[in-house]
Amino acid sequence: MSTVLEHGNDSRVDGIRNRLAPRAAGLALAGGVVLLLSGLLSWSYDDRILGDISIRFYPAGIQVYVMVLGAVAIALAVLLFRRPGWLDPGRGLKAIGLGSLVFVAGALLAITVQAGGLVNVNEGAWVALVGALLVLAGGGLAAEVDLDVRTWPRLKSSYEILIIVLALAMLLFVTAYTLDVENSATFGTLLVTILTVTVGLLMAGLGEYIGFIGQNNRRPLVLSAFLVAFLFPFTQGGSNANMSIATQILIFAATALGLNIVVGLAGLLDLGYIAFLGTGAYVGAMLSESTFATIGWKPPFFVVMLCGMAVAAVFGLIIGSPTLRVSGDYLAIVTLGFGEIFRLAMFNLDGNNGPDLTNGPNGIPGIPDLNFFGFDFGETHTVAGIPLGRFSNYYFLLLLLVALVILVFSRLNDSRIGRGWVAIREDERAAEAMGVNVFGLKLLAFAVGASLAGLAGTIKAHQDTSVTPDQYIFLESAFLLAAVVLGGMGTVAGVLVGATILKLLPEKLREVNDYRLFSFGLLLVLMMRFRPEGLVPSKRRQLEFHEDDEHLVELAQTEHLEESK
Amino acid sequence: MTVTESPQSSAHHIGDKVVLEANDVTMRFGGLTAVDSVSMTVHEGEIVGLIGPNGAGKTTFFNCLTGLYIPTEGKVTLNGATLPPKPLKVVRAGMARTFQNIRLFNNMTALENVMVGRYCRTSSMALTSILRGPKFRREEAETRERAQELLDYVGLGSATEILARNLPYGDQRRLEIARAIATDPQILLLDEPTAGMNPRETEETMHLIFKIRESGLAVVVIEHDMRFIFNLCDRVLCLVQGEVLIEGSPGEVQSDPRVIEAYIGGDAEDDEEEENA
Repeated sequence: MSTVLEHGNDSRVDGIRNRLAPRAAGLALAGGVVLLLSGLLSWSYDDRILGDISIRFYPAGIQVYVMVLGAVAIALAVLLFRRPGWLDPGRGLKAIGLGSLVFVAGALLAITVQAGGLVNVNEGAWVALVGALLVLAGGGLAAEVDLDVRTWPRLKSSYEILIIVLALAMLLFVTAYTLDVENSATFGTLLVTILTVTVGLLMAGLGEYIGFIGQNNRRPLVLSAFLVAFLFPFTQGGSNANMSIATQILIFAATALGLNIVVGLAGLLDLGYIAFLGTGAYVGAMLSESTFATIGWKPPFFVVMLCGMAVAAVFGLIIGSPTLRVSGDYLAIVTLGFGEIFRLAMFNLDGNNGPDLTNGPNGIPGIPDLNFFGFDFGETHTVAGIPLGRFSNYYFLLLLLVALVILVFSRLNDSRIGRGWVAIREDERAAEAMGVNVFGLKLLAFAVGASLAGLAGTIKAHQDTSVTPDQYIFLESAFLLAAVVLGGMGTVAGVLVGATILKLLPEKLREVNDYRLFSFGLLLVLMMRFRPEGLVPSKRRQLEFHEDDEHLVELAQTEHLEESK
Repeated sequence: MTVTESPQSSAHHIGDKVVLEANDVTMRFGGLTAVDSVSMTVHEGEIVGLIGPNGAGKTTFFNCLTGLYIPTEGKVTLNGATLPPKPLKVVRAGMARTFQNIRLFNNMTALENVMVGRYCRTSSMALTSILRGPKFRREEAETRERAQELLDYVGLGSATEILARNLPYGDQRRLEIARAIATDPQILLLDEPTAGMNPRETEETMHLIFKIRESGLAVVVIEHDMRFIFNLCDRVLCLVQGEVLIEGSPGEVQSDPRVIEAYIGGDAEDDEEEENA
């Protein structure tokens, strides 16, 4: 009896939905317009908070952001009217609506806290609230679309490249703009805006299409990505503040990419990876011109880099050969132990306990800046009228390093070695029975990963000007792994995204710095629940997690076919 | 279990050359003797069947041959050279196998699966893979070409870019065979290649195995499908409780009352041994 009733209820709800579905696009469009207009209204009486948001018809700060949200909502609503088969604007609108709600809530909270009371909120915020609800309703009511990847529009290759270049230029602009925002509350709302727009467009199915274009034009994509990264220092006008963060991100990303070879390709969980970065850094410091360097040999930096790589690789082999006989959780524990052993050894090799190599807890300070053929990395150089400071110099060097790591990663991935690694990850015993040298390949993954981290370490030593043991604690290894998992195991783009998020946010959101670990823990838990394959997953990984997703299987198939053409 | 057809009398000539020789292979797990001094000789171009009720030790015997287990006693020689008990070295020496429960690399394409099989016959290492010299590119192209050839050979030529997991069951079995042949073996061990197949697929598999034999490979097959085994094999070994019950031509084995008893009238103890796949 009750089931019949429920069924009746269901069909009634469905009936209402069906009747309202044609109006969904209209609702969403109205919501988008309301959001857009709310940006022209005043949000608060108080003109001292969040920039100045009290003036009408002169949007600033969060008023501009809400207008961006409105514009995207309008664009998606228009698409909802036209209904292309390869896009699902309804899902996108749902995400935009939700994000806008969060945005307005955040703005209300910020105004309430900073101006002292909810009474300080002006009509703009309330109008925006209505707009967000309308967009959400429109998105929720829109009929779901079965995405058909075969209806992707095929453009001329030159247009596709243009899309890529525009998207990346947009990325550069947004990055430069975002980094300029000093106020934490404004930065927070900006972040919500960026996230909302990104998620909204991804949910609408645009991400898959962009990925598809990227696959078709891989070389232009990579080149323009590097061009954008290369141009970034020129947007900073000689300021070192953001460039310092950027160099940290690059070092972190290069190391995480090295770890990605070990974890993402070969499937070996390494929890002590930071030790290899430390090995490189200590080698770089000991062989540097620093007066505290403990080794008398001062070779040119090129040689130091090779030494750092070699020593780290040897360490990798020494650790690997006994530990790689265990696998899974056991390997994780053993490598974790190795990471701690490294730190404690560096802490204690101060002359009292064994040879004086590291000056113990004091570390090796006073490492001079690099100097390539008279090009001093410590000085500000002016290119085309734009000053490029110390960190910009290191930024360019590190960019080359990241390029090298990406090259190594992607070429190994697409080779006999890479196939062997993937086979081991998929089924170790079957791989062995097919003649894959399982032990040797695991060892190779360890050595290659370690040597890349060692290389990054030698540069890090010079950029930081000092090396101490407390930089190489377990937490850093955990963060590296988090970057890989968050971004997407086995992909380059994913790890770059993950590394950027994990390094940039703590720098910019100083207020939540005390809750840094808590928020990352929360972030990871949420990721594991909702998107275990990472932000930018490899197709293989994605399939492992969503075995019965037909759409995904079809997508992977299409891309394989495209690749093989 | 009535097998009416007579064994296929192909005009194929079985070579005199002994490819694989197992001498008194014994495998004990603690107090349990899973394989008890089993000897087997396989000649060039010969198809040998291995039958026996569940738990008779057939797969364990396979694992001893391919180096997954180190036999407690006895030795295995391939072309006269003693095989080291390491799967890797066994494959390099020229023996390849498939698994009872299919073990493909599920999230790799059919072609990639076969290309992994070429691993032990190619030599590009890390540095050459990064630098991409002409040698690397040539080897990579050869690997790809050979893998495609093998896919065509087993009849999966059009499934190249399909992920292994998405292939129909019968195709997965055939892909496993292609992957095994990719290692350039002299002898192929097939562990229940037709399990779960319909009669038409079984028939196709039989023709595929004949084709493989024609190319000069020796084949050892474990199978429960008696019609299949007696039509296919030149010689059949029946294992019961880890020991060879009878060895002989298909005709001899299928008319032996002890074989029928082992399958139908066997006592309950037969089921106690667990086969390790």
